[in-house]
Amino acid sequence: MTQSSIPLLSLITFMPLVAAALILLLPKTSEREIKLIALGASMISLLTTLCVWSRFDPNAGLAFEERWSWIPTLNVDYRLGVDGLSVTMVLLTAIVTPLALLAHWKQDRNVKLFFILFLLLQTGMFGVFTALNFFHWFIFWELGLIPMYFLIKIWGAEDRTYASFKFFVYTLAGSVGILLAFSFIYLATNSLDFLDLRQKAASGELGVAISRLVASIHERTGFHVSASCFGSLLFWGTFLGFAIKVPIWPFHTWLPDAHTQAPTGGSMLLAAVLLKMGVYGFLRIILPIFPDQVHAHVHVLLFLALASIVFGAFAALAQTDFKRLVAYSSVNHMGYAMLGIFATVASAPNVADIANEKSAALNGAMLQMFNHGISSAALFFLVGVIYERTHTRKLEEYGGLRKNMPIYAGILGISMFSSLGLPGLNGFVGEFLVFKGAFPIVTLITSLATIGLVITAVFLLGMMQKVCFGPLNTKWAGLPDMTGREIFIGAVLMFFMFWIGIYPGPMINASNTAVRQLVDLFQTMTVAKF
Amino acid sequence: MEHGEYLQHLARQQWLIPFFPLMAAAIQSLMKRPSRKASGALTIIAMGLSCIFALRAFFATIGGGGQHHEIERAIFNFTWFKFGTTSLGLGFILDPLAEGMAVMVAFVGFWIFVNATGYMADDENFTRFFCFLSLFAASMLGLVVSNNLLLLYMCWELVGLCSYLLIGFWYFKPAAAAAMKKAFITTRIGDVGFLLGIVMLYWKTGTLNLYTHDTLHPGALEQVSALALRNGWWGLSAASTIAFLLFIGAMGKSAQFPLHVWLPDAMEGPTPVSALIHAATMVAAGVFMVGRMYPLFTAEAGSWVLDFVMWVGCITAVFSATIAVAQFDIKRVLAYSTCSQLGFMVMALGAGSVVAGQFHLLTHAFFKALLFLGSGCVIIGTHHEQDMRKMGGLRKYMPITFWCYLIGMLALCGVPPFAGFFSKDEILLSTFHRNKYAWGLATFAAFLTAFYMTRQMFMVFAGKWRGGENDHGHDKHGKHDDHEHGHHGGEPHEVTWNMWLPIAVLSLFAIGLGFFGHKYGEYLGVEGAESVEGKAVVMGASLAVVALGLLLGWAVYGRKTMEHATDEDPLSAALGSLFTFLNRKWYIDELYDVTIIRFTATCGMFFRLVDKSVVDGILHAIAWTAWGISQVFRWIGDEFFINGGFDAGCESVRWEGEEFSKLENGRIQNYFRVLSLGAAILLLIYFFT
Repeated sequence: MTQSSIPLLSLITFMPLVAAALILLLPKTSEREIKLIALGASMISLLTTLCVWSRFDPNAGLAFEERWSWIPTLNVDYRLGVDGLSVTMVLLTAIVTPLALLAHWKQDRNVKLFFILFLLLQTGMFGVFTALNFFHWFIFWELGLIPMYFLIKIWGAEDRTYASFKFFVYTLAGSVGILLAFSFIYLATNSLDFLDLRQKAASGELGVAISRLVASIHERTGFHVSASCFGSLLFWGTFLGFAIKVPIWPFHTWLPDAHTQAPTGGSMLLAAVLLKMGVYGFLRIILPIFPDQVHAHVHVLLFLALASIVFGAFAALAQTDFKRLVAYSSVNHMGYAMLGIFATVASAPNVADIANEKSAALNGAMLQMFNHGISSAALFFLVGVIYERTHTRKLEEYGGLRKNMPIYAGILGISMFSSLGLPGLNGFVGEFLVFKGAFPIVTLITSLATIGLVITAVFLLGMMQKVCFGPLNTKWAGLPDMTGREIFIGAVLMFFMFWIGIYPGPMINASNTAVRQLVDLFQTMTVAKF
Repeated sequence: MEHGEYLQHLARQQWLIPFFPLMAAAIQSLMKRPSRKASGALTIIAMGLSCIFALRAFFATIGGGGQHHEIERAIFNFTWFKFGTTSLGLGFILDPLAEGMAVMVAFVGFWIFVNATGYMADDENFTRFFCFLSLFAASMLGLVVSNNLLLLYMCWELVGLCSYLLIGFWYFKPAAAAAMKKAFITTRIGDVGFLLGIVMLYWKTGTLNLYTHDTLHPGALEQVSALALRNGWWGLSAASTIAFLLFIGAMGKSAQFPLHVWLPDAMEGPTPVSALIHAATMVAAGVFMVGRMYPLFTAEAGSWVLDFVMWVGCITAVFSATIAVAQFDIKRVLAYSTCSQLGFMVMALGAGSVVAGQFHLLTHAFFKALLFLGSGCVIIGTHHEQDMRKMGGLRKYMPITFWCYLIGMLALCGVPPFAGFFSKDEILLSTFHRNKYAWGLATFAAFLTAFYMTRQMFMVFAGKWRGGENDHGHDKHGKHDDHEHGHHGGEPHEVTWNMWLPIAVLSLFAIGLGFFGHKYGEYLGVEGAESVEGKAVVMGASLAVVALGLLLGWAVYGRKTMEHATDEDPLSAALGSLFTFLNRKWYIDELYDVTIIRFTATCGMFFRLVDKSVVDGILHAIAWTAWGISQVFRWIGDEFFINGGFDAGCESVRWEGEEFSKLENGRIQNYFRVLSLGAAILLLIYFFT
């Protein structure tokens, strides 16, 4: 473990918060300064993240750790750190946020509040990926929620009230599950530290502690529940919170509404980063802390992942709203990541080199998270670009836009193919690794998941056809092509699509060690302990 | 340098073959629209360089093959990335199968590019067109020289992408926009099988490199004998299962029944694209891949996979030939003929003869490219007319095109001594040994081939020019909205040199290539297992049916050529509704429309409805229940218990101002109440019990 001399991670995390405070002091009218400060702060976070990324040693385990005793009476430390599971997510957040800010460079309604909320959101997102103690992790987790609520509520489209309310209450309801589960875990173990809990879970100490808690509850109240049942309850409570965030079918219906109504930058961050917080929760919390429970219920979980892939794809097929379609594609794509993760948990005694198969699946899931972040951010951005010009999201109202917007069509096409998983672009590598790893372990489910591959192609190509091809809708004859700023945003995202598609080595390298440790956790496990 | 070392040296440079067109594509993607000359030149030069490198490798492989009757194979593998404790490798290969194909692709591609500079001369997106073509050439060459199934698959998909882009090159035509999507999706259905085959192979062998020449870490194809002993699915061995899954991919790409539907629609693309992608090279990728993975297909003796391959090919060959008989679009006839010929190749592979299949692939590439480019010349010469009924008499106006087209047509029909005769004969012979019924059907397909090609020749080149009759007839098939020809609808004319030179060159090969059939077998290193038994019967039958086809074609269409474009097709008069049935392609598209496509759409609507009513319904029910409970609590204990502290906290959220006041009656506050109440109850339970 490396103890960094400069608290880089704190700098990354709190830089946006500081900028938000700074903006608070500015008058409402100095819009340009507000925008520059916001962009500057997220650029500082980005540069610091690049510094962390370049100095990150994947084999060294936890890096850039910061640990100070915070609330000693509760045994809470302020602890930050990145490892293979989080470093790519921090990078993703750092890349996408400035782009989302840039996408709103022309924002003119209530600029001050808008950018403050954006910066708060960014701090929340960074915090979730860097925090290693539940106490402040949960604060960041909720911080990722509240600004987004206001972003949708205030700057959203026509149905914003319903969508924002649904988004807020639904995800908060999920958070309650997490909060309750961790309250009990804290009562049982007197620890809220993720890594500490992980060790306790691996050594069996956590199970013992929970049994003790159950016994004490029985003693005090006479209320009897078996330790294994109680452990499952804790697991399902946590699961609910993360499953809603991911979202896993059937907890996904908030997502199309929220995405469709959110302003462009909000959708970008929501799809690119906020969904990853859910998946990250599985990797950081559920798998290490509830290994037995997740293993015991893995068949249900695998079915839900499959349902996300296939049902999500079919539902996307039937959408007529551009943005809703892209939103549903997120359900489908996160399904692949979940398939990779749950395949890691499943046991398959007959597979020879199972550790490497699982590593492939989990590395694939990690990569899929990053890839989806890039491609969905691009797609939502492009929806925003066209919405700004046409003020419609109805697919049938476009048509032939390639004629007068060739650059737009090109960037949309590349993003679409990245999302579709075309070799040479990023999406393929992640999906292939997931399939490669999951196939030997859960053959039938993986085979059925390929239906999703075909349907994804159907709805994405159909989308492309309706927007860009066919005769030009004369209504849009005078539409201008993308501006320099917009092309820049697209170009940055495309750079990552090509880079990871052609040379995914660095990304996989970064996560591989952490992935292997996680895989080892499930290697020895054949039957659930309780 | 010793020969082996030299081959190794060349294998290290195999990546250069696809590299040049790839660079050309990259440069052109950044080029401005007006730089036509530079763009065309760049593409052609890059392709020429690829061709030179491919030829160099080709001659190197010739050098050794014949002497010790052992395939010379040099490989170059490298690591793409590491994961777990292992790594994923990619690699290039240098062997006769790859080089024969690479030379064909680069050479035919080169001449098609030359032709395209003429065909696309007036198009406003000229640069983009050549960018896509270059990318296509790069992917196709990459596919050919890869020693790794994943790399092959990646190139395979990129080839599909280019096909998508080029079919839809005139994207503003609704038909093209639909065809591009159809092509990509249909082939992707096959690709799912391919992908499953890949991951299964990866699982069972631990590598995707086909050959490694390393006994410690043998390549996938070096483990086939072990794979044949392991269990797969459906009672097959692992080897046969993987072979079957891979073949599903080949069926999509090589347009085999029932996944053939995309290929005829792909003719919406510019004609050079049809020539290059949908006749000569890409569609052959499936056949090539099966040839490359052939050890898997034969590993398990007596599995039904090879029979399946053969019958799919045989059915496709006959089925498409019957459709080709009743088409009027000059390119559609060729498209169905391509389907049919691909069926022949696949059938040969299924019958156990890689040599016959691959050799027909090569000869077919030359004469089909020739025919397609020829049809492109016809289309340009007749000012964008594609309906054969509105042609006629072109021999007089376009003599060079006519003679080249005639050579191509004779080669396709299998008239000796043209190329198609030899390759098709080998296929029929190998099928004859495998299964007499399949051979019979294939011979019938050969008869149909001769017939429909004769029909096409007479309709297009004989008789009198019927195009001028109907002045606006061409509008229906007009290519570009903005494409203005000064002499629209006038007399047909011969095309410029850059269009006829390629077909002239290709016709030399259509004549001469057949004589190398025997040599090609030796070159591929397959021992001459061909028995001469039955050779006379097969050859006699095929000659007879070809002669019959030509004769019948002449009898129906040649004796008395069509007078007017509106005349009824004589065959239509004779066959009646059967002709319509064939003309409408056995109503397969309509069948798919009402079955698979409707089913998929229904599924979509169903899951959309489930989300809206069931999932959200339950959600709303829960929400309303929670709200109801919160109201109850508000009346009972809320007022003094939580109100003070928590509502104050909720009030502080009000800084958001005017917008917030619109929020319906503080639902959020209610929610916080429920949340805090729940937490309070839990804590109470814990501390007071």
